[in-house]
Amino acid sequence: MKKALRWISKNLIKIYAFLGFTYLFIPIIYTFVFSFNKYVRSNLVWKSFTLENWKNPCKPIDICSALGNSIKIGLLATAGATLLGTLIAFALARYAFKGRGFVNTLIFLPMATPELVLGASLLTMFLNLGFNPGFWTIVIAHVMFCISFVVVTVKARIASLDPRLEQAAMDLYANEHETFRRVTLPLVAPGIAGGALLAFSLSFDDFIITNFNSGTTMTFPLYVYTHEKGGLPAQANVIGFSMFFLALLIVIAGQIVGRKRKVSA
Amino acid sequence: MSDASTSAKGDLKLNNISKSYGDFKAVDDLSLIIPEGSFFALLGPSGCGKTTTLRMIAGLEEPTSGSIFVGQTDITEMKPYKRPVNTVFQNYALFPHLTIFENIAFGLRRRGINDVEGAVNKVLDLVELPHLAQRKPTQLSGGQQQRIALARAIVNRPALLLLDEPLGALDLKLRRQMQIELKWIQKEVGLTFVHVTHDQEEAMTMADTIAVMNEGQIEQMGSPADLYDNPKTAFVANFLGQSNLIKGTISGNDGDSHIVDLFGQKISLQKNRSHAVDNSIYAGIRPEKFRISRLGTSTSGNILTGGHIEDVSYIGVSTQYQVEMPWGQELMVFEQNDDGVAPFSKGEEVNISWEPIFTFGLHGDEDANAGSEVNPDEDE
Repeated sequence: MKKALRWISKNLIKIYAFLGFTYLFIPIIYTFVFSFNKYVRSNLVWKSFTLENWKNPCKPIDICSALGNSIKIGLLATAGATLLGTLIAFALARYAFKGRGFVNTLIFLPMATPELVLGASLLTMFLNLGFNPGFWTIVIAHVMFCISFVVVTVKARIASLDPRLEQAAMDLYANEHETFRRVTLPLVAPGIAGGALLAFSLSFDDFIITNFNSGTTMTFPLYVYTHEKGGLPAQANVIGFSMFFLALLIVIAGQIVGRKRKVSA
Repeated sequence: MSDASTSAKGDLKLNNISKSYGDFKAVDDLSLIIPEGSFFALLGPSGCGKTTTLRMIAGLEEPTSGSIFVGQTDITEMKPYKRPVNTVFQNYALFPHLTIFENIAFGLRRRGINDVEGAVNKVLDLVELPHLAQRKPTQLSGGQQQRIALARAIVNRPALLLLDEPLGALDLKLRRQMQIELKWIQKEVGLTFVHVTHDQEEAMTMADTIAVMNEGQIEQMGSPADLYDNPKTAFVANFLGQSNLIKGTISGNDGDSHIVDLFGQKISLQKNRSHAVDNSIYAGIRPEKFRISRLGTSTSGNILTGGHIEDVSYIGVSTQYQVEMPWGQELMVFEQNDDGVAPFSKGEEVNISWEPIFTFGLHGDEDANAGSEVNPDEDE
């Protein structure tokens, strides 16, 4: 009894960690396992093992065009949000101008506002302006809420940059343009990359705002939602798990590159 | 490129430079000429304006008024990247994303120099670190980073090399070694070095000329020996080494010397070593110039009697005494342990004497403690 207690107190952190990770990963494991389910109409009950779903992920009608739309929207929204967000971050971090504090607060607003409100008001705006909701209204909406996240990530990176590095570059005959290209940008790049990844995953994931502004355009989250009641095909699990795995690979690759940069030339 | 970054040569001249931040004057009407090829030190405590002065020369700070020349070229308004000036920054500011080789090559590449590789390898040999060319800055020790920062600057052969507390982050032993090396490298490359430091020993070891700065102005400028042997102000006397300053009045003259009355005892001070403006004066004597003698033994030169030993600290090569004088002041005395005389002990009655040529005279209205309270180890 005493021994057991001692073992528990010694390994308490490990037990905590194990329970925590289990809690986090059970849904993902569930998704993975059910992607091999030989389902009939609905993928809610386990029938038997099959590789069929992995061999033909595009078999259910519209599932791959929805995925394609999500990826296209994600890439466009990421590009727009990263470009604008990086510029805003530099402006906020480097220049003292009238209303800087106000802009800083505004940047946080989209993160704090309920998506439901954002989605509904965006739709109102688009309709008032005579835009037909569809692919491009989704892109615009996604750029809008992704910008904040890019700004915050990039600004943190700029703030941690030693201003003496840029002074040293200027001291070593680099003009403003060269200093930015050769010193500032490479050093801020990890922050920009982080912001871009965050933007893509937020855009790819978004349901609420997209649902308001999609018109007849179908994205992957919309597909999953609309098919949930009528029976979601296991191919959705295949695609979902693949996206998760891809994200994992990107994170691991990023860590390896980061470590290499630090340790050796 | 035909801009000043390569063509300007000659002495550095600062003409009436001032820099204000709001109401605070960091640098106050400072004028200075630094001859080409010299090793010049700006020495002063934290916040005396020495780093601001350096940054104005580098172009990283704009003077509120005044002008800066290198030879005949006015560089006051010039962008930092157009100046014939390179800086070794306090924390080195090596580019973390570039290799050591590319760090050093940075300036050469920006100027479109042809033989980058040859020049970089040569300077890596000079600082004795050729094997580190392909490493990244974070993989180097502090001392190595310091040398690379130096190499990155001197490879450009600027008219002027600025060093901002370059040894501040190194430990004492490494600092001593780098002091000697820096001096050697300066002779080797023949560039003008302007060195900013709060460490008086560092300035004295390396510089040909030292300007002691205090509150945005230069207190005194001269060779290390000049400043030490004949300080003009209490600040210089206390900031550079230690001094005994004894209050007195000039009571008469004897040829080339003043007769100075120190609490009733008369001593002699050479007129050309007095910076007093009227009869009120501080007589200054460095602690190692004093000799202590027991009552009744003969002694020569300036003599002060009636002291008694208040404290004794034996530190091997010398012994430091605190001697209390009849007027209540404690004088500091450093005696070399080389004369076979038994050390004095606490409470002993003694006389103090010194050669008259070692006395210096300061303005009697000065604050005798100026420059002694500042902590020279404190970083800016």
